[in-house]
Amino acid sequence: MRAGVLRTGALSVRHVFSVRVGPVGFRIGSDWRAPIAALERVYAAYPAPHGGIADFSVRLFAARPWRRFVRPAVMIGGDYVLPEAAPLPLAQGLLAAEMGMNLQMALGQRHYLLLHAAVVEREGQAMILTGASGAGKSTLAALLSLRGWRLMADEFALIDPRTGLVHAFPRAVSLKNAGVATIAAEVPERRLGPLLAHTPKGTIRHLIPDTTAVAKMDCPARPAAILFPSFGYARATRAVLPSEVFVRLTQASTNYVALGERGFDTLTRMVTTLPAFAIDYPDTNTAIDQVEAAWAAL
Amino acid sequence: MDGDDPRLTYRMARPETLSIVHLDSFSAVYHRASGITHLLAAPAPEILAALGEAGQTLPSLMARLGALYTLEDADAAALEARLDELVACGLVSCEPGL
Repeated sequence: MRAGVLRTGALSVRHVFSVRVGPVGFRIGSDWRAPIAALERVYAAYPAPHGGIADFSVRLFAARPWRRFVRPAVMIGGDYVLPEAAPLPLAQGLLAAEMGMNLQMALGQRHYLLLHAAVVEREGQAMILTGASGAGKSTLAALLSLRGWRLMADEFALIDPRTGLVHAFPRAVSLKNAGVATIAAEVPERRLGPLLAHTPKGTIRHLIPDTTAVAKMDCPARPAAILFPSFGYARATRAVLPSEVFVRLTQASTNYVALGERGFDTLTRMVTTLPAFAIDYPDTNTAIDQVEAAWAAL
Repeated sequence: MDGDDPRLTYRMARPETLSIVHLDSFSAVYHRASGITHLLAAPAPEILAALGEAGQTLPSLMARLGALYTLEDADAAALEARLDELVACGLVSCEPGL
């Protein structure tokens, strides 16, 4: 149990939701009911943290006490905080909770090497999709999960330094802008969270992972390939050299430096053993085609 | 750094403080003493290997590299500049010779 849980748990919050996503337990407290209600719906199929004890706490609180009622603005707190973080409108409370969970992982996770990446799995083999924001990895991972792949992660790939296995962390998939309509056209309404307009990242809507993703979230997988998708270019697939993969993954990791030599060993083992491809794609159907072709050639 | 002095001895950081993984034309080096990761391109890994723990002066290092590799552009000033970079990032130490 983390000391931070005790510290934050001592603070009073009006509404609380606890959930386990993969190996990580979260406790989200909120001054308002609405963000908790949204979380309860999105994570309805997820279990509670092991032993009821969360690894990380997130707190959504009013920027000023009176702002709980008048144009409420949500501040994100927790075990780890960014002091300069700007508040979000209450209508984006679900986003605030998701950002809070990301923040705790990015700043506090020490058991796993974290890569900002989506992960999908087939037959026990995992494909890691990483790249800059807007590269399309969330949309691609969501689409692959609708084409027979298991969704393991959207935001963070959790690599175990001891085994090299990737552990599932199937949070709700954060679809953005054009990706929202692409996925909404393929899934029933009940698989989608509320439409969050005018957020700092544009329009956001969460895809609720399917039952397989949740049922198998305790099953790790062996990484088999690393993909760097880039949306908005003519179709092209090229192999990426280990040194370039190494640099890109150190940049994609939120805790590489904090892990010290464990991070170095984990990452160098990955880049020297896994094939890596950069996939430029003009549209999502082409991307799926390229991913399947690259996978078949492994 | 007073690299003009041929008596200066350059030594690779102690091997137990380094983890070196050859990736392709680059090598990743984890420096345990500082916790910093370095990505080295040729000829830095070759220079590290040629220096060894015993250390070399600039002239003797040049001669050793010439014996190990075909040096197309043997240039003491360029080698000294590379050594100074390695000294600056802590992977090589520089001491007055005896």
